[in-house]
Amino acid sequence: MTVFSGRLRPAALAAGRGLFLSVVGLPVSITLFVLAMLSVAFIPLGIGVLSTPTVLEAVRKHANQRRLWAMTWSGVRIPVPYRPLPKGLRAGVTGQVERTTLMLRDPATRRDLQWLLVDMTAGTVLAILAAALMIYPVEGLVLAAGLWRVFRDDPYWYGVVPVDSQTSGIAALALGIAIFHIGLRTSGPLLRAHFLLAGTLLAPTRDQELAQRVRRLTETRHEAVDTAASELRRIERDLHDGAQARLVAMGMNLGTIEALIEKDPARAKKMLAMARESSAEALTELRDLVRGIHPPVLAERGLGDAVKALALRLPVASEVTVELPGRADAPVESAAYFAVSEALTNAVKHARAERVYVDLHHAEGMLRISVTDDGGGGAVVGSGSGLSGIERRLGTFDGVLAVSSPAGGPTMVTMEIPCELS
Amino acid sequence: MRVVLAEDLFLLRDGLVRMLEAYDFEIAAAVETGPELSKALAELEPDVAVVDVRLPPSHTDEGLQCALAARRARPGLPVLVLSQHVEQLYARELLADGDGGIGYLLKDRVFDADQFIDAVRRVAAGGTAMDPQVISQLLSRRSQDRPMGVLTPREREVMELVAQGRSNAAIAAQLVITERAVAKHTSNIFGKLGLPPSDDDNRRVLAVLAYLDRG
Repeated sequence: MTVFSGRLRPAALAAGRGLFLSVVGLPVSITLFVLAMLSVAFIPLGIGVLSTPTVLEAVRKHANQRRLWAMTWSGVRIPVPYRPLPKGLRAGVTGQVERTTLMLRDPATRRDLQWLLVDMTAGTVLAILAAALMIYPVEGLVLAAGLWRVFRDDPYWYGVVPVDSQTSGIAALALGIAIFHIGLRTSGPLLRAHFLLAGTLLAPTRDQELAQRVRRLTETRHEAVDTAASELRRIERDLHDGAQARLVAMGMNLGTIEALIEKDPARAKKMLAMARESSAEALTELRDLVRGIHPPVLAERGLGDAVKALALRLPVASEVTVELPGRADAPVESAAYFAVSEALTNAVKHARAERVYVDLHHAEGMLRISVTDDGGGGAVVGSGSGLSGIERRLGTFDGVLAVSSPAGGPTMVTMEIPCELS
Repeated sequence: MRVVLAEDLFLLRDGLVRMLEAYDFEIAAAVETGPELSKALAELEPDVAVVDVRLPPSHTDEGLQCALAARRARPGLPVLVLSQHVEQLYARELLADGDGGIGYLLKDRVFDADQFIDAVRRVAAGGTAMDPQVISQLLSRRSQDRPMGVLTPREREVMELVAQGRSNAAIAAQLVITERAVAKHTSNIFGKLGLPPSDDDNRRVLAVLAYLDRG
């Protein structure tokens, strides 16, 4: 019985979704296909130029909705293949012409339209089957319960059974139960098949995938180069205004001391103390600078201990768990370290947390890091925020960042970087 | 007093050798790599070792690891660790065995020869020399807690010096107060923080450090 009820719920759910897809999805697909064809046909007349982007945009929304359902209902992942439109398209008719051309040139558009056709036919059949196998048996039950009386003179065909009496009604019920059992097992897979079919046209082709990848690599490479350049500029400025200036002052002081040492030993002694002080200050500045470039503990101990040492420096209580069986490449370690550092700084400064938790582990070729705090929440990844800096920095390594931070807290920043440990 | 010195940068090593010799230490060995240090510590049985955290060939925390290993082999072997940066993480590891004879200082501290030599002697005698930066980091972390708030500013000052490993006499000299006043402050501090009173200098330091490091 438990096996039965365990199957009933998902099967009924799949049937409902199949019904929904055929009732709602089919008309939308037909309408959009017709509109798209008309719109493209009217391009030579000019009207099509104005309407095509809007219609194609609607097609994409429709397809994206299906992609979303594929993921949430059947766990079928269908990536989005569209090329991004360039920024700063002109307004007015010229912009509209550009937009139309760009969208029509995108191979994903043609494949979207093909999908609409397939969705109207085979796709809908699959969805209806998923629903019918669970709904049709209900009719068998109703026939056996007494509806057969209506068809006493003119037999009603329930599947292969002509129903005109209680006996044939019960035969219909038996057939219904058989179909119901098939439905229990196949409704879910049928719905999944619907999405897999959609995936064959909605997912990017190999070429599109490669093009997307190249686009992403170009972007992240630009960002990496920019970041490196601005880091070097910062280091140069810090050295120039800090340690370098202090050493100049020290050299000057030493020169004066040399001149004073016989004439005024007392003053010379005082200046020596000053020189020693500036050398100590120069050292402190250099130490801070080094910490900002590559923290010494990271070089000496690796990511786990470096994060532990970092947490120990925080003015709030912290808990760090590390499960790393080896060390990642130095650039990955460094990016991860600074990402954690930024997340912790945010937690203490902006969220005013009293406790932070850091978890570092490696699984399935991914370095996974989470930083959680009990602060006020409300953190967003936006332009100029430290978090978007982290996102860019991780992007160079195909790493991703997710932030969950409802107002009132808690905030959880999670990061994933694909890498191998050695 | 016989010293083993490990420092990979020639200029610093040379400077330290000169300084230690000027204060009548005998340099048993001045080495530049981790393996050499391990060998020297095992064979020469020095009275104290002065060790740089980062040593070749790995340029990781090899010096620290060698020192910790040598102390496991010979508990209480006095080691003064020098570094360009101080980390509570390392301080914690050094203090973990509770045997005393531990020093952990920034390299900058060699600027003040008298204080540095005092630290070496203290460590060699089984005492403790913690860098003021370690202590201030620990204090800043504990500052929101109530127990620290009950200390008067002067008591806090005394406590910082106690945590660095200074003796009552040294604290008295630095703060320009009498030794009896220092003793009174320390017993107040221990009372307020609920630590067991102790006349033994070293146990006193470890108690304070452990207290600060808790939580």
